[in-house]
Amino acid sequence: MNKVITVSPSPHIYGDYSVNKLMLGVVIALIPAFVVSVIMYGIGAIIVTFISIGSCVLFEYLIQKYVLKTEVRITDGSAIVTGLLLAFNLPSNLPWWIIIIGSLVAIGIGKMTFGGLGNNPFNPALVGRVFLLISFPTAMTVYPKAQGWNTPYIIAAEDIDTFTGATPLALIKNGIKSGKGVNELLEASGLHYNDLFFGNIGGSLGEIAAFALIIGLIYLLIRKIITWHIPVSIVGSVFFITGALWLFSTEGHEAILNFMNLKLPVIQYQDANATVTLFHMADPVFHVLTGGVMLGAIYMATDYVTSPMLPRGMIIYGVMIGVITVTIRIFGSYPEGISFAILIMNGFTPLINRYVKPKRFGEEVKNG
Amino acid sequence: MLKTFSRGGVHPPENKLSDSSGIQILPPPQRVTIPLSQHLGVPAKPVVDRGDPVKTGQIIAKGDGFVSSNIHSSVSGKVLKIDNELDPTGYKRPCIVIDVSGDEWQENIDQSANLVKEVNSDSESIISKIQEAGIVGLGGATFPSHVKLSVPRGKTAEYLIVNGVECEPFLTADHALMLEKGKELMIGIQILKKALKVSKALVGVENNKPDAINHLTNLARNHEGIEVLALKVKYPQGGEKQLIKALLNREVPSGGLPVDVGTVAFNVGTVFAAYEAVQKNKPLFERVVTITGISIRNPSNFRVRIGTPISDLIEAVGGIPDDTGKIIMGGPMMGKAIGDVTIPVVKGSSGILLIPEALSKRRKIQSCIRCTKCITVCPMGLEPYLLMPLSQKEMFDRLEENKVLDCIECGSCSYICPADRPLLDYIRLGKANVSKIIRSRKSS
Repeated sequence: MNKVITVSPSPHIYGDYSVNKLMLGVVIALIPAFVVSVIMYGIGAIIVTFISIGSCVLFEYLIQKYVLKTEVRITDGSAIVTGLLLAFNLPSNLPWWIIIIGSLVAIGIGKMTFGGLGNNPFNPALVGRVFLLISFPTAMTVYPKAQGWNTPYIIAAEDIDTFTGATPLALIKNGIKSGKGVNELLEASGLHYNDLFFGNIGGSLGEIAAFALIIGLIYLLIRKIITWHIPVSIVGSVFFITGALWLFSTEGHEAILNFMNLKLPVIQYQDANATVTLFHMADPVFHVLTGGVMLGAIYMATDYVTSPMLPRGMIIYGVMIGVITVTIRIFGSYPEGISFAILIMNGFTPLINRYVKPKRFGEEVKNG
Repeated sequence: MLKTFSRGGVHPPENKLSDSSGIQILPPPQRVTIPLSQHLGVPAKPVVDRGDPVKTGQIIAKGDGFVSSNIHSSVSGKVLKIDNELDPTGYKRPCIVIDVSGDEWQENIDQSANLVKEVNSDSESIISKIQEAGIVGLGGATFPSHVKLSVPRGKTAEYLIVNGVECEPFLTADHALMLEKGKELMIGIQILKKALKVSKALVGVENNKPDAINHLTNLARNHEGIEVLALKVKYPQGGEKQLIKALLNREVPSGGLPVDVGTVAFNVGTVFAAYEAVQKNKPLFERVVTITGISIRNPSNFRVRIGTPISDLIEAVGGIPDDTGKIIMGGPMMGKAIGDVTIPVVKGSSGILLIPEALSKRRKIQSCIRCTKCITVCPMGLEPYLLMPLSQKEMFDRLEENKVLDCIECGSCSYICPADRPLLDYIRLGKANVSKIIRSRKSS
């Protein structure tokens, strides 16, 4: 026999999973949210998304080819996912050059300095996003209102008030600071919970529509690309912690009194001037539906590389993200804190992996 | 809900191409090469010399010590040489080469097709007959059966587990055996029950073989204490520990044996060999082998004499396909790739699988993206993603701490890995190094 025969250790067949397919799955899961953002914010959403994806892929290519001089692996699709997620965390009127800076930080500092895909300790898209938030605080926190296709990408100075506004979270946070109650603030702004669910609000372009993000989640779960542990533990802990606090706030107190005639105490606190203030807070449903909780819980915190490996570890990680997010929202100076919460917990991931181990087969002998 | 094991597992395409072939008889070849080491343990010592005439079924090498096994001639003829030849491990190791002439069997072997129902031997004589007949685990592990049957002092067996799972894709040898030799299997089970002094036997068969399940269930009605259970199709259910977990929900402790949870497990092939040895005086010198592959014209099961070169098997199904890129002895998940068709069939060979060239090469390795799939599929609750770099970096204490020795080498992790990382290769290396360290620790 004069044939070349391969001899290699077993197994000799391989499953049909690949990195590309997993990345493509994430991209597909993000399509509903992208469609909503185009409907709500118009051309700006498309421009921001494509600049972000394009520059992320380009930077990865340039760094791999000319800086690291390694094999170019942009085809694995991870840079596309990073670009897409970075765009989803930006306002849809962000100037193009800021987006490019964000992409450079995300890919260059967040990913390639550590050796590329699989080696980065922090979620690259969030590294880019937080860098921009700190460097360009105004541009990053002036969000266009959801006004559909008519919203221009470049908003002229005299139109700022027509086309931009605060996010619901910022609205409530600033309102409470000035001593107003949440119900009063919501009424004044004309905001309904329907708007929160369907994305008819101001915000980063990918975070606004809870239902679109949940459709994506269902797809990811069916395709077994992610498991429920991280999204459910983040959303659940945000819900329960804000819920527990809300019960003892002015708003919760009133609601419970009307609902079951039960009087709960209200938390009071003193500020620096020794004025006693009653604690005001939005309800847990509001907290779950607004800001980046859904986007963060489903797409950012579940990033394979930077999240724990085992279900128990994922739950510890998710619950801690929820705790930190709520802490920043209620007590911190930013209205939203999930980006910081995820980055902080990314830092704990190796530690969690070190201590949370799977239940080994035969560890406890069961006879029955 | 069908029973199965609880943790991990994969479901590769089944590809049971030779399902309907039945068992065909492959006549003795012109020359056989019979390795002296076809079992786990010390190689057997030859008791014949160059030039000696031998008969089919005659003992030609004696087991050297307790954990070793006798070897019998599978043909009649003349011993050509006792020399180092290529065996399925890929190395040249001591073999007895016999030139075949005719097919004259030992006189005491019952060659008839009659079913011998009455089991007259007692436990000890059954075990000694099985030892004499050179029976080893035919599922692939080739552990000497008489050792398994001698339950250590202080432990008791409660169940005989019969493994008819055949979870490896492509292989159908056990399936064919269950369909054609069901009656013999029932008596074989009674023999092993008697040897172990247990009253209950559980036969586990995966649900992709409904005909075998029906056939065995019907036969088991006439036998006391035999229960046939259909199991959900999931690899590696044929692993001893996984099968016991699936059937009884008992977990063999880490580093322990099935008898620690009151069970002793045998493959259906081994059960059939035990029937032939005890009832027919026939030593183990032939077995059923599947020869299969996507490009093979008629994938089939053959009853093959031990020592037959695999080229004879390939010829019997129409020759080696042009696109062949890899030859595997065993199944695609745990089988061993071999580099030469002169290598003989041994006691542990359950199949020969030919893989086309296009599918025979490894894919390109990418970085681990920590997708957790390897942890999810590991049936032993290990973390392959972690064990591989620990092994690469020679961090043996952490490998030991992370239970590398529990790995059963089923290959589910390498199979599932989306980044095509050779996880099992490095885990094997780590296992070998850690066992070496443990041995030297014990001896010092």
